Amino acid sequence: MSVLVSITINGRPYSAEVEPRQLLVHFIRENAGLTGTKVGCDTSQCGSCTVHLDGVAAKACTVLTAQASGSEVTTIEGLSDGVDLHPLQEAFWNNHGLQCGFCTPGMIMAVEEFLRNNPSPTREQIRHALEGNICRCTGYQNIVKAVEDAAGSMGGG
Amino acid sequence: MTTRVFSSGIRRREDPRLITGRAAYTDDIKLPGMAHAAILRSVYAHAAIKSVDASAAASQPGVLAVFTGKDTEGVLNGLPCAWLIPGSDLKTPAHPAIATDKVRYVGDALAVVVAESRYQAEDALEHIEVEYEPLDVVINPKAAAQDGAPQLHEDAPSNLAFTWAVAGGDTDAAFADAAVTVSDTINLQRLIANPMEPRSAIAQWVGATGELTLWNTTQNPHIARFLSSVVTGVPEHKIRVIAPEVGGGFGSKIPYYPDEAIVSFCSMKLGIPVKWTETRSENYQITTQGRDHVEEVEMAADADGKIIGLRTTIYAGLGGYLSTASPGVPTILHGLMYSGSYDIPNISGTVYGVFNNGAPVDAYRGAGRPEATTLIERLVDLLAAKLGIDPVEVRRKNLIPKFENGHDVATGITYDSGDYEATLDACLRAADYTALRAEQEQARNDGRCVGIGVSTYVEICGLGPSQVAGAVGFQGGLWESAIVRFHPTGKVNVMVGSSPHGQGEETTFAQIVAEEVGVDVDDVAVIHGDTALTPMGWGTYGSRTTAVSGAAVALATRKIKEKSKALAAHLLEAATEDIEYADGRFFVRGAPDQHKTIQDIALMANVAWDMPEGMEPGLEASAFYDPPNFTYPFGAHLAMVEVDTTTGQISLTRYHAVDDCGVQINPMIVEGQVHGGVVQGVGPVLWEGAVYDDDGQLLTGSMQDYALPRADLLPDIDVQSNSTPSPHHPLGVKGVGEAGTIASTPTVYNAVMDALRPFGITRIDMPLTPEKVWRAIQDARNGG
Repeated sequence: MSVLVSITINGRPYSAEVEPRQLLVHFIRENAGLTGTKVGCDTSQCGSCTVHLDGVAAKACTVLTAQASGSEVTTIEGLSDGVDLHPLQEAFWNNHGLQCGFCTPGMIMAVEEFLRNNPSPTREQIRHALEGNICRCTGYQNIVKAVEDAAGSMGGG
Repeated sequence: MTTRVFSSGIRRREDPRLITGRAAYTDDIKLPGMAHAAILRSVYAHAAIKSVDASAAASQPGVLAVFTGKDTEGVLNGLPCAWLIPGSDLKTPAHPAIATDKVRYVGDALAVVVAESRYQAEDALEHIEVEYEPLDVVINPKAAAQDGAPQLHEDAPSNLAFTWAVAGGDTDAAFADAAVTVSDTINLQRLIANPMEPRSAIAQWVGATGELTLWNTTQNPHIARFLSSVVTGVPEHKIRVIAPEVGGGFGSKIPYYPDEAIVSFCSMKLGIPVKWTETRSENYQITTQGRDHVEEVEMAADADGKIIGLRTTIYAGLGGYLSTASPGVPTILHGLMYSGSYDIPNISGTVYGVFNNGAPVDAYRGAGRPEATTLIERLVDLLAAKLGIDPVEVRRKNLIPKFENGHDVATGITYDSGDYEATLDACLRAADYTALRAEQEQARNDGRCVGIGVSTYVEICGLGPSQVAGAVGFQGGLWESAIVRFHPTGKVNVMVGSSPHGQGEETTFAQIVAEEVGVDVDDVAVIHGDTALTPMGWGTYGSRTTAVSGAAVALATRKIKEKSKALAAHLLEAATEDIEYADGRFFVRGAPDQHKTIQDIALMANVAWDMPEGMEPGLEASAFYDPPNFTYPFGAHLAMVEVDTTTGQISLTRYHAVDDCGVQINPMIVEGQVHGGVVQGVGPVLWEGAVYDDDGQLLTGSMQDYALPRADLLPDIDVQSNSTPSPHHPLGVKGVGEAGTIASTPTVYNAVMDALRPFGITRIDMPLTPEKVWRAIQDARNGG
């Protein structure tokens, strides 16, 4: 059994016959070939697979591809063209907000939505906003710093 | 032109690909015709295998093949242990990639399905029938070492893999003479490393050429190639191991695992590339864990608090089988560090390495040293309490005085350089210790439960002199090599055998080259992680990559500089000894206008139109660096906690770290290593621990159950540093990757015990969960 889905990812339409049980993260990685979105766990804790689903941050391991049919998805590859960086990407780079980089795409996508809703967060609010994303390398401190920095450069702060 | 690039926190070269989602980790790689493997794993922690029937699985949709232990038996060799510690009666029981007659932990491999998709492979696993005969299980390492405990391996009575001892001085006499002794039993629970990237392997066998390529989440591709050759029988020169982007490791990506051997076998059987990527649940079950110590320890001191003796008995759990490096972790990397930062003249320790029915235990960030530092620092605090002396003062009485060129300790090793009191003083200043104690006093008067913990540490890094590696049974060398290659345009590639996976050496090594010959950091690209492209190296672990591999980069670059001087002399028609170098220019002494830039030299060396007689063309050098000694970074950390006595909840409110890792090349990276390291050491004190039930089932089998540190649970960490150069290192570097983890566990544990002192509580097993803390407080209040 399969279902026909049409999903726009980073502005480009993708259509495919997929199994009803397929997870959106696998559609993004396998069908669309966009591997910036990572799979770090199987229980929706780590947040490495965070993308924007119709503008809202969502863990793509917790969404079925079929549920996302007709939606617009933005992944890390769609946040900037990869050359002119998004202010959050710049801020993570400038503040050493990453080490191995595996959690980073999900972290940035989660934080992008957070800053849209709260452009001038306190440090404590940032720490709470990160609780759905796990990083094992940085101890979070430079991620918090990067988010503060980005909030400033994005007009909040 | 950039020249002063040391001590400069420049942004990392590796970040642009990582922050834009353009980096390729192993699981991101898709090869033409690639199939997917899923592995059936034992649901019992200890059982005899009566039969494995895979026939129904073979006919499932998309399934290409199913293999069991019967298929791999006699084809794959057993997984070798690569650290055969001498004088310990070490047993190395067989470790087949796929079990045939017995399983020894939940997760032991029983069969593999290869299918067109991962979904199909996992579906088919459910159609494999396994008949088990469950056996008794043992988890606690001390219980496993007792007579009558269920025995895992026929050739290891009492489950003893080894008995290892360290001794210096006369410990029995010290204890007999002691004015005061303190003792404790410390359970350092099993920890799960949790790199965010799960392990993965893709094997591609080309039968026509007999070549095997293995893309692998490894910290040490050259060791992986070596061990892959041992297990698969494919000769080493026909194996290429590629560690692409690797998403953290913390030790758990050092070993060569059964899974790598299994995908290699599948690809060799089927002639197509085969990928396997572990789920996080699999990672929790099968990827090597850390610690698992039961430590029975005691310390002797004179009436003034001068430590005169330390005695330990350690039961170190090893899991169901020996992993690649496991025997060396609780022995060489642990017992030799028993002196810590202190002058302890008499030390004796016995370590029992014990098989138990959990995942194999191997190196995890700190690897043996957190286990040593915790017991030393805990005993020092107990000693301070017993003598009624401030814990800082007891430490001060016992610290090894400043030394610049070698200090021998009772365990038989020689620290390189140290100024321990300086880091302690700096830490106390950073925290304003006196004010903090006053704040604590005030809080206690207000009915709040606040504690302060201080620890010092010394770690053994920069592993290490290869002769010592051989003497302690490590089945390899511990040197590193580098090739520095200048292209005609003056741009540089550096090839290294070590394989960083988050530590930022693409940047650090570029800084070393820039510092040595004055090229711009942006003109240097570092290549690592591919055995076909890089020279031999032993890998990234033990805080050794900048210390050992970085030294090789520096030495190779210095050879470039020497050749450049000779070539500049020829081109400037001067004598080589008259050529001086500064800021990327080679010039005639006294006539700086007559010069050649390193770019001029690179161009001429590469086109070779006008070379001196006998000089080879090209501007390339390689260097092999075998360290003359280990490096010994050190430091002092301080933490403040508050315990909510009604809930048992602990808040870490302040944290100060002062580390001395020698010369710093990129302080931004150093600070980041300390942040991450500290948090990884705080985790086991407050939240983390792998819990197996009595049947050997892993109760903390997912991120839902295993409590990892989260951003909202942590304060800002204040990181400062001193710099005492290593006297024997070409750059003065010591290493920093594990410092935070080694220091923070005892620091935070001591802080909590300090908070609970008014209740008379001196020990609670880690992790200090609210329930355990609350119960301890209740018991204390009830006079327990």
